[in-house]
Amino acid sequence: MVDVKLRGIVKRFGKTVAVNGIDLDVRDGEFIVLLGPSGCGKTTTLRIIAGLEKPDEGRVLFGDRDVTYLPPRERNVSMVFQSYAVWPHMRVYDNIAFPLKIKKVPKDEIDKKVKWAAELLQISELLNRYPHQLSGGQRQRVAVARAIVVEPAVLLMDEPLSNLDALLRVKMRSEIKKLQRRIKVTTIYVTHDQVEAMTMGDRIAVMNQGKIEQVGRPDEIYLKPANVFVAGFIGSPQMNFFDATIYIEKDKAVLDVGDFKLGLNKDLIEVLKDYEGKTVIVGIRPEHIYPENLIPSTTKKVAKVEGIVDFVEELGSDTIVHVNTGSQILVLKISGSHHYEIGSKLVIALDLDKIHVFRKDTEKAII
Amino acid sequence: MVEKDTSMVKYYLFKIIIAGLVIIAVLWVITPFIISILYAFSDPTDYYSKEIIIPLHYTYEHVRKLVALGAGTAIINSVIVALMTIALSFALGLPAGYAFARFVFPGKDSLKLFIIGLRMFPIIVIAVPLVSLYIRLGLSDSLLGVALAHTAMALPFVIIITSSIFAGIPKELEEAGLIFGLDRTGAFLRITMPLALPGLAAAAIFTFIMSWNEVFIAAVLTLTNRTLPAFILTSAMAATDFIKFAASFIMILPAMIFVFIARRYLIAMWGITLR
Repeated sequence: MVDVKLRGIVKRFGKTVAVNGIDLDVRDGEFIVLLGPSGCGKTTTLRIIAGLEKPDEGRVLFGDRDVTYLPPRERNVSMVFQSYAVWPHMRVYDNIAFPLKIKKVPKDEIDKKVKWAAELLQISELLNRYPHQLSGGQRQRVAVARAIVVEPAVLLMDEPLSNLDALLRVKMRSEIKKLQRRIKVTTIYVTHDQVEAMTMGDRIAVMNQGKIEQVGRPDEIYLKPANVFVAGFIGSPQMNFFDATIYIEKDKAVLDVGDFKLGLNKDLIEVLKDYEGKTVIVGIRPEHIYPENLIPSTTKKVAKVEGIVDFVEELGSDTIVHVNTGSQILVLKISGSHHYEIGSKLVIALDLDKIHVFRKDTEKAII
Repeated sequence: MVEKDTSMVKYYLFKIIIAGLVIIAVLWVITPFIISILYAFSDPTDYYSKEIIIPLHYTYEHVRKLVALGAGTAIINSVIVALMTIALSFALGLPAGYAFARFVFPGKDSLKLFIIGLRMFPIIVIAVPLVSLYIRLGLSDSLLGVALAHTAMALPFVIIITSSIFAGIPKELEEAGLIFGLDRTGAFLRITMPLALPGLAAAAIFTFIMSWNEVFIAAVLTLTNRTLPAFILTSAMAATDFIKFAASFIMILPAMIFVFIARRYLIAMWGITLR
């Protein structure tokens, strides 16, 4: 059990910069998720923590120990690979026992530990099989068992669920999370799947182009995205973005979008007045726009906009409606099944308390 | 009903044609073997008789004659040379193949091409310089000398084959080894090597057969320590036909035994390592 600190990590491959200055503190026993699109440097970051790559700059600290130049075997880390990397020439038992054998753990203790891990992952009856006799999900369990049997200081997981089918993925998601709670190991988990990140992470580090965009609890990331990238990456369907010009009236700040205006509360004047006359990016999530007749009672202040239904996706549990307001197409997500005629008129209400405003130049959040 | 019949005819006709083609292919390969073996033991009168195609009387005399002339030592020489060739070409080729498979370095592709290019030169061109070099080094007429020459011939092949074998073994398996307590050498020896073994055994078979069959270099570089092909070239080729057949029998037999053993071992291993 140990906390992990990354300080100014930079990694280049030829001319491409895979990781571009990362600082991250992972607390002891925490489950942190590195989330980002493919090629954002999250796997490289994980491999640097594992010791499979050397950073070009920066330090990796486990507690007070600088492990930057230590080989993987001296770091007391474990890893679950995306391809599982279960050794095909060893039986399941030997796969799980191998790390302990190398550490010269006594035989009866190895046996005890292997059985403990196998039971935890419900693979006790598979111990005598070879990996090629197992299904993908079973192999995955073997990989996890092998990773926890050594009682690592840090457990690293590189998209461990991405090769499983959808049902199994949901099941393993909760199992891995429960397992981590039970053995309380510091865990760093890489994924590109926002649902995995939201459901499993104690905290999420959203990465893009080799940098960490935001670190926070899942609800923080969702409710208070630090910039346009994070706002757009989290949430499905994606947040609606459009440009607006700010001007301040006596008792309110107004976002002028063109074919409609959004009047914000006067307590935001203080924050927004520096941007008066400037263009900003406005963001609002699809689940925070409602048809006029379906405004929730808890909603305090809305702006109503008239538009034409452009496209409807009925998903059963939700209905996603694309509404053309003239200059914009806004997407709204309504829970439950609803029917809308394409081409018909629809008055929609934007929840003004849920609006995000970002700077146009830096794309950083203002509110 | 009628339509069904024609489709059935078509189906069986197709099957028969395929079977026929397979039989032809097998005969093509196997007939020379059978003929060589039959005539190797044929009584000379049967061999020369115009009425007899398949000999009726058999004798060990031809084989015994060749062994008396030194075929036994030649076989042993050949095996020694072939095994030395395998050892040397693997000692040099395996690390190179591994490097080609695992690492990215400048000039990798041109180097690979260059290695294949080495096989471009006809052996005859380098034979005379090689002999004079060997005489100066004191390697002429030695088995090590032949093995070194064979190593040079087999090496490009070994490098290319082993690199594709290593490339077929996922890097993550080794990395998992590194994570779980092995150093690089340990990961190679305990993870990669066991997985590569069937492929390496196949490469060893090819190397063995190449060395076993190679006649030119062996004949040029040796005088008293002949390998089997060189021995046959200088002794049996001037003799009567059934002696030649006996020579080819001696030539075929050990190679066949070697391949059969290696092949069974190979299949047994592939059953486990292939997923």
